[in-house]
Amino acid sequence: MISKKNKVVELEHAVIRFAGDSGDGMQLTGSLFSDSTAFAGNDFATFPDFPAEIRAPQGTIAGVSGFQIHFGRTDIHTSGDLADVLIAMNPASLKANMRWITKEAIIIVDTDSFVEKNFVKAGYAADPLSDESLVGHLVIKAPITTLTREAIRDLNLDNKTSQKSKNMFALGLVFYMFNRDYKKTYTFFESKFRSNPLIVEANKKVLEAGYNFGDTIEAFANTYKVDPAPLEKGKYRNVTGNLATAWGFLAASDRSGRDLFLGSYPITPASEILQELSKHKELNSISFQAEDEIAGIVSTIGASFAGALAVTTTSGPGLSLKSEAIGLAVITELPIVIVDVQRGGPSTGLPTKSEQSDLMQALFGRNGEAPVIIIAASSAADCFYSAYEASKLALEHMTPVILLTDGSLANGSEVFKIPKVKDLPEITPPLVEANDDTFKPYARDEKKLSRRWALPGTEGLRHRIGGLEKEDISGNVSMDPLNHQLMTELREEKVRRVVDYIPDQEVIGAEDSDVLVVSWGGTYGVLLTAIEKLIEEGKSVSLAHFKHIMPLPRNTREILSRYKKIVVCEINMGQFVNYLRMQFPEYKYEQYNKIQGLPFMVTEIIDKVNELLND
Amino acid sequence: MNDIVDAKSLTLTKKDFESDQMVKWCPGCGDHAILRSLENVFPELGIPKEDFVVVSGIGCSSRFPYYMNTYGIHGIHGRAAALATGIKLTNPRLSVWMISGDGDSMAIGGNHFIHIARRNPDINYLMFNNKIYGLTKGQYSPTTPFGAKTKTSPQGTFEQPFNPGELVIGSQGKFFARVTDTNLKLMSKIFKEAAEFRGASIVEILANCIIFQNKIHSLITSKETKEQNQLILEHGKPMLFGKDNEKGIVLEGTRLKVVELGKDGVTVDDILVHDKTTVDPGIHMMLASMAPPEFPAAIGVIRAVKTETLEESVWNSVEHEKKTSPIKTVDDLLNSGNTWDID
Repeated sequence: MISKKNKVVELEHAVIRFAGDSGDGMQLTGSLFSDSTAFAGNDFATFPDFPAEIRAPQGTIAGVSGFQIHFGRTDIHTSGDLADVLIAMNPASLKANMRWITKEAIIIVDTDSFVEKNFVKAGYAADPLSDESLVGHLVIKAPITTLTREAIRDLNLDNKTSQKSKNMFALGLVFYMFNRDYKKTYTFFESKFRSNPLIVEANKKVLEAGYNFGDTIEAFANTYKVDPAPLEKGKYRNVTGNLATAWGFLAASDRSGRDLFLGSYPITPASEILQELSKHKELNSISFQAEDEIAGIVSTIGASFAGALAVTTTSGPGLSLKSEAIGLAVITELPIVIVDVQRGGPSTGLPTKSEQSDLMQALFGRNGEAPVIIIAASSAADCFYSAYEASKLALEHMTPVILLTDGSLANGSEVFKIPKVKDLPEITPPLVEANDDTFKPYARDEKKLSRRWALPGTEGLRHRIGGLEKEDISGNVSMDPLNHQLMTELREEKVRRVVDYIPDQEVIGAEDSDVLVVSWGGTYGVLLTAIEKLIEEGKSVSLAHFKHIMPLPRNTREILSRYKKIVVCEINMGQFVNYLRMQFPEYKYEQYNKIQGLPFMVTEIIDKVNELLND
Repeated sequence: MNDIVDAKSLTLTKKDFESDQMVKWCPGCGDHAILRSLENVFPELGIPKEDFVVVSGIGCSSRFPYYMNTYGIHGIHGRAAALATGIKLTNPRLSVWMISGDGDSMAIGGNHFIHIARRNPDINYLMFNNKIYGLTKGQYSPTTPFGAKTKTSPQGTFEQPFNPGELVIGSQGKFFARVTDTNLKLMSKIFKEAAEFRGASIVEILANCIIFQNKIHSLITSKETKEQNQLILEHGKPMLFGKDNEKGIVLEGTRLKVVELGKDGVTVDDILVHDKTTVDPGIHMMLASMAPPEFPAAIGVIRAVKTETLEESVWNSVEHEKKTSPIKTVDDLLNSGNTWDID
């Protein structure tokens, strides 16, 4: 067949959104496109957008599942604001996603599903393909269901089975649009459906049919190409935040010489960490699926007492349930890491959507004076380093650490340069040798103020700890008023002194810009993209994105003092800004908040900064 | 999974386990007897003293770890089972003893109680059942008898109590024993048996709270009535009780029944023989349920069914994965699956 493609347009970056019914396999389609993007050498980031229900009624807006990928020849930090290409497998997915695409976006639809009954389910009064609603868009009308069936007619598969591969037709079509080598995906089929050669064959045929369909029809005026990004030399892979978190703990377990123990209860969007670690017993990682959130953390405290790198993972509702036990870890001064993959709240809230609204809970949500170290991961790949650092700080400072990630980091993915474990910083827990007669349970390291870790089973170190206040040095139960004040201050000071073990806060942009944008945690990618763009445009703006929350880096005050206007952007009602107001009341803070279960868009940040610059 | 060490070579004594802390339970409290008994048992188990860990929740009984010179951790209310499980999973070599009460285990920790029974880690779980909240000064607990007047039930409780043994057996528990705080000799024997049993050994100790629920177990424990109201079970022996073992338990239809030897032609051959090892929970459940005045209370080891422990299953799986997984190091893992090189 003679190729009709005559023009290849080079793009700096592009955003594609795959959308369909939750049974249509859109997540798989997206992840296969991601793999192909990796082979093409682009930098990229992805984000799945799926409903809280497993299979909401077919054909409805509630059942729409989406996957967005942003890839480019430059550094990519976000999964993209609006999509340039939308694949809509049914009317509901078209309707649900119109607000997430650009005005000129190319829309690919499966015309076979655009029938009366589906319009009704999606809430369309009329066929959106034949009214004015898609004006401005190039709409590729492909009878995907029919063509899929045709492509594998020879294989005599039943109707249901053949329908299942229609997502591969859509993938083939998009591969054509972006000049990808579709045959690279064959290896995936061959490994995934190893036991069923017929299915391997079917998927190959459908993928090829989709590609050829693109080549044959004259609908595409152009095809597109995104050149490789200038990534540093090295070995790369794609990771989601949850995967990176799990692996960060495994690396910390390796470097610290402590077995990993995860005590956790399944909760969206944190469960994948538990699932991943339960796969890796070969690395001495014990995962214990507890009967509830409380048993999750309390078993973790037990494991820590017994000498493990002990971790518990949860989301906001679970963090609430763990509050009392975090206090036990604070007073027993045992190292544990609590991961809170934040989601929309309060209560059950928006389980599959992301938010940054647990910051105050992490800082203050406990009875008594119960300070803990808090770190917030900045990106999916950074979850690896954050989990590693959280473990290091917990083990070396003998105190609980809360690691805040969020739903968008957890499920979003990005390119990750694979580190070597031996290159990661050393982790040296303050273990006590057998029969060390200088050991006192609550004697402290002079610099860090951490107590030492004497493990049950070690000769000559028997001691008791617990939730009752302890006497300084000896660790005996004490109700002495002055001792309580001393111990409270020591626990507080121990956490404060972590400031000597974390890096100074970095600022992107000039030291004296008109506006300092402040952000923290999972919004890094969007903020960085927006601020870099503004700086490129010559705007006087800088960015301080915080990863270390408690304690704040040493130079925080100095940074805040340099700027005339400070705006704190976060996905909540203003928790970090109020934390800054408490600590540094001498500065004036503007705030920019969004609380829709959605990440910031780059354009929103740009608009907000421009508004402040023009004030 | 304790290392077997020759007890004599350890030459431990009660003194090795006594802590220097003042024991602050009320004079006359049943807990003193339990502490004494445990201090006597620990040296006899052949376990190095640094391998003992005593774990507790909250309540009068839960001060226990502070009173024993072992590794100890005093946790939060109701959650000691989770603490103990985390310890045992991390280091299966340790001899883990968990101390709890009826409030701690049956109310706030009820969920953890049924799950530790089901999971069967090798933990020795001593539940002091005094049928009252002592540390908070006299409110009814989930084991307080129906209708009993307490500070929070001035008209008598409106709630049916739990029977801990029924909960254990109903939760797939593999070991359940019951003992009174008045019989030190039997207590020591049962603690030893609990220690030797590999699995969650749950022991209910009928303990007396002298202040808020005095004599709650007196029908079972008092000199005058105990012979009629205690059936001391021995594995492989007929279930006889009474002053001269003149009474026994038979199975009539689907129910247990008290009979008198010699009456209506009943001989010792008609009496049920105790089999603590039978997997079927039927008779064990009925034994756990027996209570005066219709029946004597069953004392001793009611159920002891051997099976793999939680930590054995988990660590066997670790060993298996180490042998079979292509991933040997964290670097292997990071480099597994789809990766690509940028030159």
